[in-house]
Formats: sequence, C-alpha cells, structure tokens
Amino acid sequence: MATTVTNIEKLVGKRIRRKEDPRLITGTATYVEDIKLPGMHHAVIVRSPHGAANIKGVDISKAAALPGVAAVFTGADITGVGSVVCGADLPGLRKPVHHILAQSRVYYVGHPVAVVVATDRYIAADGADLVEVDYEVTQAVTDPEKALAEGAPAVHPEWPDNKAFVFLQKGGDMEKAFADAEVVVKQRITSQRLVPNAMETRGVVADWLQAEHSLTLFTSTQIPHLARTILAGQLGIDENRVRVVAPEVGGGFGSKLNVYAEEALMGFISRKIGKPVKWIESRRENFLVTIHGRGHVDYFEIAAKRDGTILGLKLKLIQDLGAYHQLLTPAIPTLSVLMMPGLYNFRNIDAEVIGTFTNCVPTDAYRGAGRPEATHGIERMVDLLAAELNMDPAVIRFKNFVQPDQFPFPTATGLNYDSGDYGATLQKALDTIGYDDLRKQQAAARLEGRLMGIGISTYGELCAFGPSPATPAGGWESATVRVEPSGKVTIHTGTSPHGQGQETSFAQLAADELGVSMDDIVVLHGDTSVIPYGIGTFGSRNTAVGGPALFYALQDIKEKVKKFGKMLLKSENVVFENGKCTCQVSGKEVTFQTIAGAAYRAMQLPPDTDPGLVATKFWEPSNFAFPFGAHIIVSEVDRETGQIEIKRYVAVDDIGNQLNPLLVEGQVHGGAAQGLGQALWEHGIYDDNGQLMTGEFMDYAMPRASMMPWVECSHTTTPSPVNPLGVKGVGEAGTIGSTPAMVNSVMDALMPLGIRHLDMPLTPEKVWKAINGAA
Amino acid sequence: MTRAISLTINGKHYEHDVEPRLLLIHYLREVAGLTGSHMGCETSLCGACTVELDGKAIKSCTMFAVQANGANIVTIEGLASPEGKLHPMQEAFWNEHALQCGFCTPGMIMVSKQIVERNPSPTDTEIREGLDGNICRCTGYQHIVNAVRTAAKAGA
Ligand code: FES
Ligand code: FES
Repeated sequence: MATTVTNIEKLVGKRIRRKEDPRLITGTATYVEDIKLPGMHHAVIVRSPHGAANIKGVDISKAAALPGVAAVFTGADITGVGSVVCGADLPGLRKPVHHILAQSRVYYVGHPVAVVVATDRYIAADGADLVEVDYEVTQAVTDPEKALAEGAPAVHPEWPDNKAFVFLQKGGDMEKAFADAEVVVKQRITSQRLVPNAMETRGVVADWLQAEHSLTLFTSTQIPHLARTILAGQLGIDENRVRVVAPEVGGGFGSKLNVYAEEALMGFISRKIGKPVKWIESRRENFLVTIHGRGHVDYFEIAAKRDGTILGLKLKLIQDLGAYHQLLTPAIPTLSVLMMPGLYNFRNIDAEVIGTFTNCVPTDAYRGAGRPEATHGIERMVDLLAAELNMDPAVIRFKNFVQPDQFPFPTATGLNYDSGDYGATLQKALDTIGYDDLRKQQAAARLEGRLMGIGISTYGELCAFGPSPATPAGGWESATVRVEPSGKVTIHTGTSPHGQGQETSFAQLAADELGVSMDDIVVLHGDTSVIPYGIGTFGSRNTAVGGPALFYALQDIKEKVKKFGKMLLKSENVVFENGKCTCQVSGKEVTFQTIAGAAYRAMQLPPDTDPGLVATKFWEPSNFAFPFGAHIIVSEVDRETGQIEIKRYVAVDDIGNQLNPLLVEGQVHGGAAQGLGQALWEHGIYDDNGQLMTGEFMDYAMPRASMMPWVECSHTTTPSPVNPLGVKGVGEAGTIGSTPAMVNSVMDALMPLGIRHLDMPLTPEKVWKAINGAA
Repeated sequence: MTRAISLTINGKHYEHDVEPRLLLIHYLREVAGLTGSHMGCETSLCGACTVELDGKAIKSCTMFAVQANGANIVTIEGLASPEGKLHPMQEAFWNEHALQCGFCTPGMIMVSKQIVERNPSPTDTEIREGLDGNICRCTGYQHIVNAVRTAAKAGA
C-alpha cells in the first residue's frame, strides 16, 4: 500500500489563488458558445410540446423554403446513426431504443422531433417555428408511483408495467433484526426531482472534414474521452478521427456527465451539409431535456433496540427514471442502496429498487448522484428513531457510529470504508456550534412558543470513482508530465475540470515534487487530440484519482532527472531536491532546467536511458475513498408565515488531506447551496400531462445570495489509505451533508406541534399548511 | 430590414446595421465580438449577461441592440486597463476565490462593481441583496460576498 506524502508543508496545503482565473475574470475564456468557425451554421431543434403522443406527420416544407435555411432533418432522415448510449447495466434491465430524433412517437416534453439548420441562429429559430408536427396526444404518466399502479398508461407500450428493472440488495439477516427489534419506525420519504442548472447550458460545435474523414466536436462535457468513444461508435467514424474538445465548461454537476442526442446529431448534420454547425441549448431546453437529478420515493423501516442501537434498515426505493436511460440512469439508485448504512454499525439491510419509466426527461447523476438521497433517508430515519425513543439526535449517532478501530470497515452492502473517526467530526461540530447551550436556548424558545430547530446530519460518502470493476467505465485516471527543453512543465490530466481548480492544485503538487515555480507549470485537459485517454470529472474523483496518477508520473520524472543528474555531476551520490540535483560529496549542483535541456539535446545519455523527459501514468485505485462529516443547522420557523430562517450553519468535513483549502471551501459552499436548494426551494414538478411546471428560473427557485446562510467551514483530517496523497474528494460532500441537516433542523423546530415528517422542498406554504393542520 | 446604430463599447466606437430584433447580448457577442458577457437564461433572471450601460448595470439579454443606439457601454472586457492592470473588483474575485466555472463571473463582477459604486461600504446583507439578480450555481455566493466586501474596503 502506498505511503502518504509527507512533504505537505510546501505549496500543497496552501490557500493559493487560482491559475485559471485571469482568463475568467477578464471575459477572455472560450466556452462553446464563443467558438466561431468559418462557414458555421446554426441549428435549432423542434421539440415535443406533449408528454406522450404519436407523430402522425411532420411538414417541413415551410421551414425548408425559408431563405437562409440550409437543411431540415426529421427522425426519418437520420440513418446510419446509433441511438443514445446507456453505459449502465443491471440484471434484466429493459433498455428502450433512444433515437437521436423521435421516430413515430414522443415520450416527454422536449423530445427532439426535427432540427432546422440555417446560416444564422435567428433564422434557424424562425425555421423551427415553421415546422408543423401533427401529434396524436396520448395519456402520459409522470408520477412514478402512479406509473406502477394497475392500469397506468404505458410509457413504452412494450412494457406495460413501466418497470425498467427491479434490483435487490440484501446483507446480514433482516428477519432476525426485525425479530430482535424493540422498536420499528417507518416513513415514506421523497427526494424530489431537481434540475442541475449549470449556468452554462449545453452546447455543441461540430466540424466535419470530408477530406480527412474526421470530426472535431466542441462540446460542453465532463467526459471528453468517453464522449469521443461513444460518438465515434454512434456515428461510425474511426475513434482516432474524432476529436472531442471540452473547452471552458460552465459547470456540470453531473448534467454533463453524459453523451446526449444533440452531440451525435450535430456530428451527423455537419457531415451532411459539409459545414460546421453550432447548437446552443436555451435555458428552457436545459430545463426540459438535460437530465434531472434525484426523483425518489423511498419507503424506509428502521429496526432498533430501545437503547438506540440500530439493528437494520429496510428500503423500497421507487426511482423515477424518466422516459429513457441516459448514460448512467439506472445505476444511480444502486449507489443509494450502497450508501444506505450511512456511518452506522448495523449489519442488516434489505433494499428493493424499482426503476420506473415515466413521461419525463431522464434522471441521472446530479451532484452526489444517489448518495444524497441515501443520506437524507438514513439521517431522517435516525432522527425519527431518536424522536420515537426520546433520545438526543447526537447521542443516538455517537452510539451507532462505526468506531475508529473498525477500519477498514466492511458494510452490509459490500463496501469497505477506508478510514474515519466519525465521532471526532460530530464532536467538533457540536463544540463549534455550542450544542448543549443551543438545546437550552431551544427549551427557552419553546416556552415562549417560538419554533427553533437544531438539525444534525452525519454523512458518509462513497467517492473517488473508483476501482474499474466497480464502475461502468474505467475507474482509473491518467496523467502525463511533459518537461519541455527549457524546463517548463506541461501537465496533461485525463480528468476534465470545469471549475474545480485542478489547473492550480495539480500545479501545486507538481511544483512541490519538481521544485519548480507554479508559474512554470501549465495544466492542460479536455482535448482528446492532446491528452491521453482519461475518464473525466465526476464522483469527486479529480484529486483523488487524477491526483495520484499525476503524483506517480512525477515520481517517474524525478527518477529520470536523477539519472541525468548523476551523469552530469559524475557521481552516484546525488539527490534531487528543490529543483536541482546536488552531489552529496562535492556539493556541486545542476538545475532541473539544465537537466531538461540535456535530456533533449542528448549529447550524452545515462545508461539505459532514452532522450526526452516525459512520463505518463495510468493509475487505478484499489478502493473508493469515503469522506464524511457532520453538518449542523440552527433554524427558526415563523408560525405565522411558515418562513424558515437559517440562524447558523456549521460544517465539519473530513476529506482527508487537502491540496488547497481555499478551493476545498469553495466546493463545500457550492455543495451546501445545492443541498439547501433541495431541502428548501428547488423542485422539478411535472403535471399529469407531462408539462414541466417549474421550467424556467421564474418558477424554479434557484438559491440566490440573500437566501444563503453564512457557512462556517472547518475540518478534521483522516488521510485516506487508498491513495498516496491521502485525499478523499470534496466535490459532493457539501451537497450530501447539507440537505438532511436542514430538514432535520426544521422538523426539530416543528416537533412541539407533533409534526413528524415533511417532504422536501420545505416551502413556506408547505410548512404553514402543516402548522395549520392542513397538510 | 435593418437599422443603423452607433454606440461606444469599452471606449471604442462601433457602427453597424442591425435587425431591430437583435438582442443587445447577441450584438455584443456576435457582432462586436465581445464574448465575455454570457447568456445564461435569456429571460433577465440570471444576470450572466450583465453589462454597464450609461453607468447602470443592465441585463443585456432583455434589451435590443437598437435600444442601445447612442449608448456608452462597458463590458467585462473593458474593466482592466489597456496595459492589463485588473480592476480592483476583478482582483478581489481572484484573491477570494469568488469563481469556479467562471460562467456567471463577468456578470457578477459587473454587478458587484455597481453595488460598491452605489454604496461604498455595504453590509453583507446589502451585498447579498445587491447580488440577488445574478445566479451562481458553483460558489454558494460566500466567496463572492467576501470579494465584494474586500473590494469595498480597498475602495474599489
Ligand atoms: S442571460 Fe440575461 S439575465 Fe440571464
Ligand atoms: S462560478 Fe460557476 S456559475 Fe458562478
């Protein structure tokens, strides 16, 4: 097992401002929409306004006749293009064929039906308005529980039960757990549909070069290499003749961990018309057709002793899949099941997941992907159990935590938690917020009739995806370190950061290892023609999987540098430190830069050594990493209005070692905003006909600055043993920890009124109705 | 049918014939070639397209280019000095890690500049209220608030 880096005192661990920022704060970065190619055309897509309908006919004649319109394509025109790929597999999984343009039927509002290509984006939009589609509307079903009911409309007529799969996971002896139980608490808990809403919508520029039979595709994606492999397959182009570039990407949060119909469609169009073509998703389209997250209806039963010892957890999970599988759709709820035990010691679990088709846009990975749902479930159940037993929610958690001497800890779901001290994190959070005193304040507030709540969530997370056998794509990552003849360093990472800051944190790591200035380092990513194959950015894996790949590539460089150092210093007794090789005997030195020059000039070479100074590493972790933490939120509910005021928010996260704490905080803050968004405000609501009622920022409540509390961040540090940096990953932690802390806080506030549980989002209306007994 | 417009952007004079329906954001991005201002929602709800028009921060997705005829516009590209010296608000965003993906950032910086111009020593609550027309999905706003506060203190 790799040892942990010890020279963390250098740049690694420092709050360093980002190398990527100058271009971003001056408006000179290049996002997909900023790309202009000679002769470029623009595409606008005609989409279904119905949740379910048969297409009786499409009349493109008016659109095609519009001056400036170059081409119009409908489903019938799309030949020789493969359907949208689902990379997940489960036993017995039903996979509907997901054409890139609808054929004879539409399955959700937004389903692409036709595409208009014109010389100008306004003309393309005019053309799209002129396409006439004759629909025969049929009955839609958008609620997953209704979809499972007898006689529900079939989303896909070939599968009238609307079930895509049933997945079972059992561990331990649930019968015994329930037989031994002195108390059983049951609750139905939903995790509502959320719309990821990266501020940059998706966009594609495709450029087919006939003479080369090659396609360049600029696309706003988190996974350029996987996208290339998939698109080459869909379009029937050799993989080495497809270049995918993720330029500046304006946020993803999982919504761009996908390969969408429009990417293949633009490749197809560019090839057909022999011109570059651009498609930029509107915000409205982003709401309607880019994947949603969550979408659970969960039935939990928790079994325990009266002393608070948890014995087991049962779950029936109804996953709203939407109409199709996107890249990982069916896999997401299986992640929920894996994380069901949370941070607790019980060994008995029993889960049934029913993947359910609905006439909605597919759900897929959204920040946390399955784990926020699981964490919300277990953390709500633990609080409900504590309430039932009249125990303090902190005490019941301490009682059930996996203890520090139990690691590596095999869970009932087959995971192996890497390291942790869950009690220490919770204790730190309690101390920071002044828990005992707060409980006294709460007692006093209740006497005055005020509704004050204290909510705890202690979350665990499975991330840093991960060993390859446990992931749908490879679980490794790649890094190349290219030292140029001048001694300047270019790093290629197979991850595809889009805000996470690896151009900085990876430069910190390399600067420390090579003893060069961060200014002398450039980190490149996201262009498949430049970067060796990589897996991409998701599952909090950039630092925890991409980081070690870089670390080992740097070790190879250091080895080679030392060989040149020995040769140039004519000594065996040479160390490489602080950017130079030093002869331990003579004290003579030769710099890294001189060595780089010598390696390329190659007048003389060390024995068995090739010229040049480049190293590439593919690194595969032996296990996931498991960050954890404790979030506590103090809130007060206004009896008259149902309005929730967040008084304090303390987050203590343990993500192992940190490369750059400034960036870590940014991740926690952003994650917390998205998690609070779920708890309080956000909800993708479909009506029974399949209309997305919250399909604009006007109706979908995004967290805004004045809605967010001050988040007090701190940490404990338990290095992960699964990688040489001791890092765990932080991209999703805030999202996972925040939601149940917020909901538990509000439910704690409402406890004196006998209100046991409310489903998210906890809007003032919902809370007010509950207070007034109308819920 | 087009209309002639003439306006000043970042101190430079522009004259074009444009369609009356052309949005100002598209004029800036596609005709003037200034792609720093972004389109995040096209419905005046996200602020990614915020620019300064005759001294006021406005959402350029909700205005036609012809309405900007004769106006004096400053975009994110016009904030740093020609020699590349950053505006103090840009510097503060950088120092405080007030951006991640950077997509909302040009709009955020433009509106933050306006917040401080109107109120040289804003409270955190005032800063947050001033930012409310702009959405950031990455940062949770906390570092943006820090940036505006520090820039205000530095006299931005
Ligand atoms: S694009 Fe103008 S406010 Fe969103
Ligand atoms: S930095 Fe990404 S939206 Fe604000």
